[in-house]
Amino acid sequence: MAQLLQHLINGLAAGTIYALVALGYTMVYGVLKLINFAHGDVMMVGVYMGYATAFALGRDMRSSLVGVAVVFAVAMLGCALLGFFIERFAYRPLREKPRLTALITAIGISFALSYGFQLDIGFLPGAAPRAFPEVIAPVEWLVIGDRDVVVWNWQVISFGIAVALMVGLQYLVFRTRFGQAMRAVSWDHRVAALMGIPTDRVIALTFMLSSALAAGAGLLYAIKDTSVSPLMGLYVGLKAFVAAVIGGIGHVQGAVVGGLVLGLVEEFVVGYAASTWRDAVAFGFLILVLLVKPGGLFGRVTAEKV
Amino acid sequence: METPAIPVPEARSVVPASLRGLLPVLLALPVLALFQWLMSDAPFASYLLSVVGVNIILAVSLNIVNGMTGQFSIGHAGFMAVGAYISGVLSLNLKDIALSFLPVAVSDQVFFVLSLLVGGLAAALCGFLVGLPSLRLRGDYLAIVTLGFGEIIRVVVQNTDAFGRALGLSGIPQTSSPAMVYFFVFLTVLVARRITGSSHGRSLWAIREDEVAAEAMGVDTTGYKVRAFVISSFFAGIAGALFAHFVPIINPGSFTFVKSMEIVVMVVLGGLGSTTGAIVAATFLTLLPEGLRSLFTVLGAEGSLAQKVDQIRMPVYGLLLVVLMLARPQGLFGTKEIWDVLPRWIPRKRRGLA
Repeated sequence: MAQLLQHLINGLAAGTIYALVALGYTMVYGVLKLINFAHGDVMMVGVYMGYATAFALGRDMRSSLVGVAVVFAVAMLGCALLGFFIERFAYRPLREKPRLTALITAIGISFALSYGFQLDIGFLPGAAPRAFPEVIAPVEWLVIGDRDVVVWNWQVISFGIAVALMVGLQYLVFRTRFGQAMRAVSWDHRVAALMGIPTDRVIALTFMLSSALAAGAGLLYAIKDTSVSPLMGLYVGLKAFVAAVIGGIGHVQGAVVGGLVLGLVEEFVVGYAASTWRDAVAFGFLILVLLVKPGGLFGRVTAEKV
Repeated sequence: METPAIPVPEARSVVPASLRGLLPVLLALPVLALFQWLMSDAPFASYLLSVVGVNIILAVSLNIVNGMTGQFSIGHAGFMAVGAYISGVLSLNLKDIALSFLPVAVSDQVFFVLSLLVGGLAAALCGFLVGLPSLRLRGDYLAIVTLGFGEIIRVVVQNTDAFGRALGLSGIPQTSSPAMVYFFVFLTVLVARRITGSSHGRSLWAIREDEVAAEAMGVDTTGYKVRAFVISSFFAGIAGALFAHFVPIINPGSFTFVKSMEIVVMVVLGGLGSTTGAIVAATFLTLLPEGLRSLFTVLGAEGSLAQKVDQIRMPVYGLLLVVLMLARPQGLFGTKEIWDVLPRWIPRKRRGLA
């Protein structure tokens, strides 16, 4: 029983992070109908930005509340900027081209980032994983029984941050003018443009928003794993994508549910079956979902109209 | 997109129709034998040629899915791995058996071809299992699922004792030869060209140009997509099996996402839909790092630069994809073949490989 509870907690902690990254995929897919392959790698770049900032701040500063806020702010702003440039110079010129062109570009960017960061030339960090500094010093937040169930402070904090980001996003998408514009672009960007919505700006802002969310999620992931490596973007990004598809891609709440489901499934497989199979679980699950319910849990498979 | 050039079969020919399909194979055999004889005392050259050949098979077969059908698979290395491991294990188990009525060398080759086919079929089966759910949906799902499939293969291999886990398989009989590799290169190209010219190929082109329209015209889109995918996986499996029989060791590291990307870059660079483009790009991109490496070694760059060639290759591939898509999305040849692009110093009559 205690073991089950512990797995539930770990699964939820991992799931919220997947959910945050999945939200980025879903938002971009919503407005552009593009699977932003590079999303996970943008996240990885954000984590490195946070890593560099944490070191620049020094040992005492980075674990203070202000320090953590600065680390998150730098990473999220930096990523928003990166997202803006990627959208502006790689995706926007291809918007009216066949979908395959944009997909190949996205794959290319993903590849260039994840393997470019493995070089050890100049400021690039090299392939070896590095220890992520303890911006949140691990403290046991809640211990039940004889260490049967342990809840760490970073689990609570990251859960809190993730939930706050999600609630903020929910508000933004469904309660603000910008959110309304976003949903209009997602519905039909040509008609939205006719209605006077600046579609280019909305799409760019959506990209920046999703990249910033990814950076936040990436930092939480790095704190959980206490490490950062150039390939983390590829793996976390892929799993988050799986989460987005499970929930129904393009569907905001679906991404959250998908993330949580995937986090729990992975945790239970690791806990009760074999930990070495962990990376295969997500994709096996994906194929299963596509077979049974191809639109995901919340989405629908809509017929393509001409 | 420009309309694909579909070769129109010519009616008049001296060769009887029943033999026409076999003719290229019969003509190729003595050439390959000669080639094998010339290569016999140059181990590195024949290794390099085999690698080029395997990459050509991979690129040409991926082109059937990514180019002709307009779907996007980025897990070709996964199918290659299936072929390599299945045939490798089979060959290891059949190593000590020989057919007594045949000379040993011939008997080895019989078993080699057998294990190649088994490897190819296993990969084709995997292609079917992976392709069926994802090809029912819109194309971009295939990209993710194939990528995930590659990962599953890696995890399965790393957790199975029979596949040597992370250490890999060694001691697979080295029965492959450049002649054998190029025989299969030839076969793959032949099949790819035959598909282009057939009604099957025309259906694939229709799906590529507009899936909804193709479906409206009565093309069984899922069926054709899955078949194209299975054919492509089969040849990827063959390529993997060939690879397993001329490298000293195969391990999960040889079949990662990097390998898949390499093949994708070859196909995109050559031109999505161009078989000869895939051949040219595969040859070029395989020999380029080798060339650069030997160049840097000759220049005496103390090994550091020569070692970096492999490292730098991958980000460069990524950027190459982005630049290609922005500047020249059709690649080198687009959907044309090399003889449509080159100046017409070859008389028009001799056009058409298959």
